[in-house]
Amino acid sequence: MRIFIYMWEGVKIAFEALRAYKMRSILTTVGIVIGVTTVITIVALIQGLNHAFSREISAIGTDTLFIQKYPWIMTDDDWFKYRNRKNITLEEAEEVKASATLATAVAPQIGTRRTIKYEEKTVERVIIVGTTSDYAITSNAMPEYGRFLSENDVSSNRAVCVIGWEVAQKLFDQLDPIGKRVNIGGRKFRVIGILEKKGNFFGHNMDIFAVIPVGAFKSAFGMRRRSIEIEVKVKSPDLIEEAEYELTGIMRRLRKLGVTDENDFAINKQSMLMDFYNNFTKTLWAVAIGVGAISLLVGGIGIMNILLVSVTERTREIGVRKAIGARKSDILWQFLIEAMMICAIGVIIGILLAIGLSQVVAATTPLPAAVTWWVVILGLVFVVTIGLFFGIYPASKAARLNPIEALRYE
Amino acid sequence: MLIQFNNITKIYEIGTVKVEALRGITLQIDKNEYVAIMGPSGSGKSTLMNILGCLDTATQGDYFLNKNNVSEMDDDQLAEIRNREIGFVFQTFNLLPRATALHNVELPLIYNGTPASQRKKLAKDALGKVGLADRMHHKPNELSGGQRQRVAIARALVNNPSIILADEPTGNLDSRTGDEIMEIFEDLHELGNTMIVVTHEEYIAEHSNRIIRLRDGLVERDEAKHGS
Ligand SMILES: Nc1ncnc2c1ncn2[C@@H]1O[C@H](COP(=O)(O)OP(=O)(O)O)[C@@H](O)[C@H]1O
Ligand SMILES: [Mg+2]
Repeated sequence: MRIFIYMWEGVKIAFEALRAYKMRSILTTVGIVIGVTTVITIVALIQGLNHAFSREISAIGTDTLFIQKYPWIMTDDDWFKYRNRKNITLEEAEEVKASATLATAVAPQIGTRRTIKYEEKTVERVIIVGTTSDYAITSNAMPEYGRFLSENDVSSNRAVCVIGWEVAQKLFDQLDPIGKRVNIGGRKFRVIGILEKKGNFFGHNMDIFAVIPVGAFKSAFGMRRRSIEIEVKVKSPDLIEEAEYELTGIMRRLRKLGVTDENDFAINKQSMLMDFYNNFTKTLWAVAIGVGAISLLVGGIGIMNILLVSVTERTREIGVRKAIGARKSDILWQFLIEAMMICAIGVIIGILLAIGLSQVVAATTPLPAAVTWWVVILGLVFVVTIGLFFGIYPASKAARLNPIEALRYE
Repeated sequence: MLIQFNNITKIYEIGTVKVEALRGITLQIDKNEYVAIMGPSGSGKSTLMNILGCLDTATQGDYFLNKNNVSEMDDDQLAEIRNREIGFVFQTFNLLPRATALHNVELPLIYNGTPASQRKKLAKDALGKVGLADRMHHKPNELSGGQRQRVAIARALVNNPSIILADEPTGNLDSRTGDEIMEIFEDLHELGNTMIVVTHEEYIAEHSNRIIRLRDGLVERDEAKHGS
């Protein structure tokens, strides 16, 4: 009870003092403002990134491996080094499918963009993928309507296609697309199925999409000396390492590599992106912590400095308070509360700025950066720790003042 | 016996120089006495008052207040004594400049945890006793010197202390205003308060019923007046 009366009195005293020295108090908070704004904005950015990234990456299963010419994460130098690698071929995909014991599905893939037409309607720049029936499993491409490519479709190179949700909408509207003949890049294909809605994947609209048998792709568009990629679905995510090992062995055997030769292909997986991403956000965290810590340190020293000035200016006031019965702890808390209140001003301004900044980011970029309730806790932690840490020296200096000397101070 | 001083000394040390401000003072003061302390400048009056008011501690000797040995108390206990037992009135008023008269008078009550509603009432009563009920929302710089000193007296009274100490309370006032303040002291004495007042002016000491004269840190004369 008693402690609350002091606390409240402390808040009132601090408020009075801050009102009396408005400009000075606000200037003091600049460091705190910068620190808080930086930390909270970066944390909001990281949260937005996490959100966006986990949404994107969930499209790639943790049980899927990709045999490709290039690794997903590489530098420009790497690219020049890997450019001369042999292309991955359809024959290699068939061999992998025949030999891999830990795979449930192996789908070769080659892609391009073409215009699709049906009567007067056209959809441009549709992603066309040439693949096999295994693609349904490796890429989770479930037809919402009709069916997916069958093994027969693939082995006989039939001119059939499974089209994406948005393509179907745009070409057929209310009509039933099944059995209709569409024109893909100058060739006729019969629609056999429609894929369920997929949304975006790293900026690509996966509903403006069509799948055709790989043989049909080859004869319609040619391979043009391009490398395919082989998508491999593993029996379970736990087996991903073993499967990678097995695939490496198969590919090295197919390419007749000697024991000392380096792999001339890459095996990609989701965790590579994850690692890359985590490294990236680690850097952001380091920046947040670094900039935040320095500005908060500067801000804290500012608060300490202003409080020391305040203690000197109010020496007589401290003397009066002591003369009428304030104990050391009362004076100590009075100044600690004042330190925390100056800090709170900075934290509140900082939080408001951070909210504004992340709204700008959310409005101008695809990042859903957002400041949420956690800033209140973070802010409170800042106020208490910075206030106490940097306030304790001036406050205890005030608390230790001898009442008579303080009263006599001019 | 309210106050008992046993051979109190106070030595200030400034570097290697020692100043003996009090050189062995023994005295007793009873409840409801009105004591004037007089003496030339530098004779140790303020030093004595500060020790009486528990603002300072003696170098040697014992000080009993209400039979409690103040010389053995720690800082927090002294703060509590200052809060409950002592009402101090200074020559320079020593009010908080940014606080209203009411808040200045409330201050001692804040430091003993009196709830807000009761605090306001007690503070208003005390301001009423010194005739400032209509000035309670004024800040010190909106009040005259005499009014400021009356606020300070209200602050000294508000906790119902055992002693009211005043160190040259009229030193910064003109003589007419000083008389008004002394009248208030007389009233307070008649209401049963114990008053100890330092003064230079013989005519002010006339109000008291005992005069203690100091010289060079010693009691030179301690005379009770008759008939009061
Ligand atoms: N804080 C102090 N430090 C050193 N000397 C002091 C201090 N306070 C008082 N003195 C000395 O003690 C003596 C008594 O002072 P004081 O009690 O203020 O006298 P008075 O109030 O009677 O004028 C003086 O010589 C004074 O200079
Ligand atoms: Mg004096």
